Amino acid sequence: MATAYTPGLKVSQASVILKERRLPLQGEVLVRKGEKVKYDDIVARTFLPGEVHTVNGAGILGIDPQELPQAMLKKVGDRVEKDELIAQNKGMFGLFKSNVLAPVAGTLEIVSQVTGQIILRESPVQVEIRAYLDGIVEEILPGEGVVIKSFGTFIQGIFGIGGEVNGKLTIIAEPQQEITPEMLKPEHQGQILAGGSLVTKAVLEQAVQIGVRGIVTGGIGDKDLRDFLGYDLGVAITGSEDKGVTLVLTEGFGGMKMAKKTFELLKSAHGKPASLNGATQIRAGVMRPEIIIPEILDWKIESISLKPSILEIGNLVRIIREPYFGMLAKVNKLPSDLCTLPTEAKVRVVEVETEAGVKLTLPRANVELIEL
Amino acid sequence: MDKAQIRSILATDCGSTTTKAILIEKVGETFRLKVRGEAPTTVEAPVENVTNGVLNAVAEVEELAGRKILDGESILKPQKGDRGVDIYLFTSSAGGGLQMMVAGVVKQMTAESAQRAALGAGAIVMDVMASNDRRLPYEKIERIRELRPDMILLSGGVDGGTTKHVVELAEIIASASPRPRLGIGYQLPVIYAGNKEAQGEVANILGDKTALTITDNLRPVLERENLQPARLKIQDLFLEHVMAHAPGYKNLMEWTDVDIMPTPAAVGYIMERIAREKGIQVVGVDIGGATTDVFSVFQGLFNRTVSANYGMSYSISNVFADAGLEKIMRWVPFTLPEKDLRNRIKNKMIRPTTIPQTMEELIVEQAIAREALRLSFEQHKALASGLKGVQTERTISEAFEQSASGETLVNLMSLNMLIGSGGVLSHAPRRIQAAWMMMDAFLPEGITQLTVDSIFMMPQLGVLAQVHPEAATQVFEKDCLIHLGTCVAPVGCGKDGKPCLSGKLTMPKGEELEFSINFGEIKVLPLGVGQEAEAELYPQKGFDLGAGKGNPLRSSLTGGVAGVILDARGRRPLVIPESPEKRIAKLQEWALALDAYPKG
Repeated sequence: MATAYTPGLKVSQASVILKERRLPLQGEVLVRKGEKVKYDDIVARTFLPGEVHTVNGAGILGIDPQELPQAMLKKVGDRVEKDELIAQNKGMFGLFKSNVLAPVAGTLEIVSQVTGQIILRESPVQVEIRAYLDGIVEEILPGEGVVIKSFGTFIQGIFGIGGEVNGKLTIIAEPQQEITPEMLKPEHQGQILAGGSLVTKAVLEQAVQIGVRGIVTGGIGDKDLRDFLGYDLGVAITGSEDKGVTLVLTEGFGGMKMAKKTFELLKSAHGKPASLNGATQIRAGVMRPEIIIPEILDWKIESISLKPSILEIGNLVRIIREPYFGMLAKVNKLPSDLCTLPTEAKVRVVEVETEAGVKLTLPRANVELIEL
Repeated sequence: MDKAQIRSILATDCGSTTTKAILIEKVGETFRLKVRGEAPTTVEAPVENVTNGVLNAVAEVEELAGRKILDGESILKPQKGDRGVDIYLFTSSAGGGLQMMVAGVVKQMTAESAQRAALGAGAIVMDVMASNDRRLPYEKIERIRELRPDMILLSGGVDGGTTKHVVELAEIIASASPRPRLGIGYQLPVIYAGNKEAQGEVANILGDKTALTITDNLRPVLERENLQPARLKIQDLFLEHVMAHAPGYKNLMEWTDVDIMPTPAAVGYIMERIAREKGIQVVGVDIGGATTDVFSVFQGLFNRTVSANYGMSYSISNVFADAGLEKIMRWVPFTLPEKDLRNRIKNKMIRPTTIPQTMEELIVEQAIAREALRLSFEQHKALASGLKGVQTERTISEAFEQSASGETLVNLMSLNMLIGSGGVLSHAPRRIQAAWMMMDAFLPEGITQLTVDSIFMMPQLGVLAQVHPEAATQVFEKDCLIHLGTCVAPVGCGKDGKPCLSGKLTMPKGEELEFSINFGEIKVLPLGVGQEAEAELYPQKGFDLGAGKGNPLRSSLTGGVAGVILDARGRRPLVIPESPEKRIAKLQEWALALDAYPKG
């Protein structure tokens, strides 16, 4: 049999977690290799170029673009304040002069003799990158950021919305239970809530109202998600939603009982500080949402390399397509011959036994490994 | 390596979902496909290195072919005895492919030419910026920053014309200080292919801030496009800047014997060759997980479009969002609550490599494919057009026809061959399902051959054609194209059950087969692969097969795995009953006529 690589989601209690924290542009790294960091420590900083504003200088002054440099009172590179006079024409006999005022404070960047435009750039905007999780600085990426190493529980979700948040983890529902708005209490403010099989739009709105930072649950109906976001998600590139709460689904769309293993891990971390990120990108440079509960007992964390998973007999898998969607099963056999499905397609299959003892033959593409 | 010495070729194509590997071997004097292997593309964590997916796919080829190709984690080259291969080729569209932004002065003229150049080079065009696109400069600047393309193509102005507007666009690009998507410390590649008088000015503005390359104007005069120099520059920069920074591509660049090509560029290359060699009008489609590419060659002009957000896995949700529930459900012969359909689609999006296991799932997926194909074809028809803004001399009779310059080149009545590829078409469990999907999505008119790329190897053959054209042609003809049959579709509208078309087929051995079909029906006449039949076709008054309304037509028809498909469901428009009960009954009737699904 050829190597059967099956993409799976990582669900593990004892993981070495390496997190790259990169700036969008080159900048300054503020920590040293080996330094201990807390999740809210700033590890790197840069300045994004400011917003650009264009002014039709030649048009305002009623001159040809070639004459614009002579009319300029400021040079390229000069700093200007808002409403400061930056260009002026000669007027008639020194009278009736037209003025160009800076629409914003910033730096004069371009004076074009071809188009007659004056381009001003606002002051740079500072961007800071936080550590996001408690750990130590494993590696410095000079001018770009750092790699933070931590140890603890690491659970990948299948889909999420919203960006990075931190908060105390609180279990609020059993794996098969639907989460209702009434389960969210004022004391959950600032926390990350976990458990359950389904959230609705009403639950998410309640979470925003209370100030819950994030929710980790089994599933959500697509219609609820659309109604909550206010638009239909076309492609799965998320993370920048600014809805006031981060959501991570562990199973998928629709009501789905959270996998036992995932739930048990979350339960064992009840009350501990957690880092959560809903950012999902299933297209270029794939990214899955995650919840991390760092448990740093010993700062001398040994590196463990993460190897791709191979589907093998005895593995625990999750069925990820109808008609058995969401069930967990154990791999019994990996036949190398192609098998015919009810659709008449001939594919490689896997024989599994579900938790309820039912034996099934499924396309290999329709199971995913639960990585331990 | 000397072409004459080549005995074996390994080619891989790395798609956004699956990496496909094929092994071609010389058998006697002919090159034939030996085996094919595939594995999930490994851009996903924890691997994040496409090489692993390639090695897995090649390992499957090794196993199926029963010969050694890999030496640990590298490819054995050249072939020694029964081990290794002589050449290795690679195409890629993984990681989102080549993502570009194009700019030109007038949206319908130079900006559209720039778009065609980028698409022809295999890129996904993320945005088309033009001086007259009604966006304010700051909005354009924000857009460039937000998109972070791999590359920008700037054009504008005919040679010797005004430089003002194109310089203004250069200023906007400079002000955005664009950063490339990959490689934090690198400058963004920008290609300037506009008015040559503005080259100096553009170099002054962009020279220091971007990795600027200047090439010939892609619209030197209004009446002519010159896209090839810009296309070649795009492909060079794709290798130098984009692929070199993508995770895992470095190894592959060292292994491959020919420059890595973007997948769509390779598919376009082979399709253009077929149209030229056979002297036919062709439409090809490649429906992938993330994008759908449509290629056409009409009147000798090649066009490609890519619908970046229509696909069967990553972008499946977008097909639903754009087509709507009703349009998808019109192809489904049973009822399904909206909630269920929505969740199924989203679950496919987040787990893109899964495949339908039940008939119900398959039918829903094929319904979505029809809409993805239809929407992509609509976009293609709009862009595959004559040059806009060109003065044409007309006779009085032409002037009365009201045809504007820049109308679409796509003429379904003159179309000779439709080629489908991509998982949902190539892997359809019954070939007739692929034919039916293409008939519904493209609505071919008159007489059209339907084919599919059997195992989706056109990308690999496209790149092979550049080093060994004979081998590529041999494999293409013998192993790649599956002839599904010929669709005969009269254009016109009528009443259900009323006569639409009758005729006679003279079969290869001389026997005659008479037939007739009523409006609203589909019928299949047997005609096997490699067979040709002479047809006398008599459309009813009001129906046109290419010779004019009600006029008879003689033509030879090519057979295939399905045969000759008579499609009397009407064209302009295709008639599908509106009420759910009638629609379901009609879909079931058509499915039965085509023998599209298993009984029961």
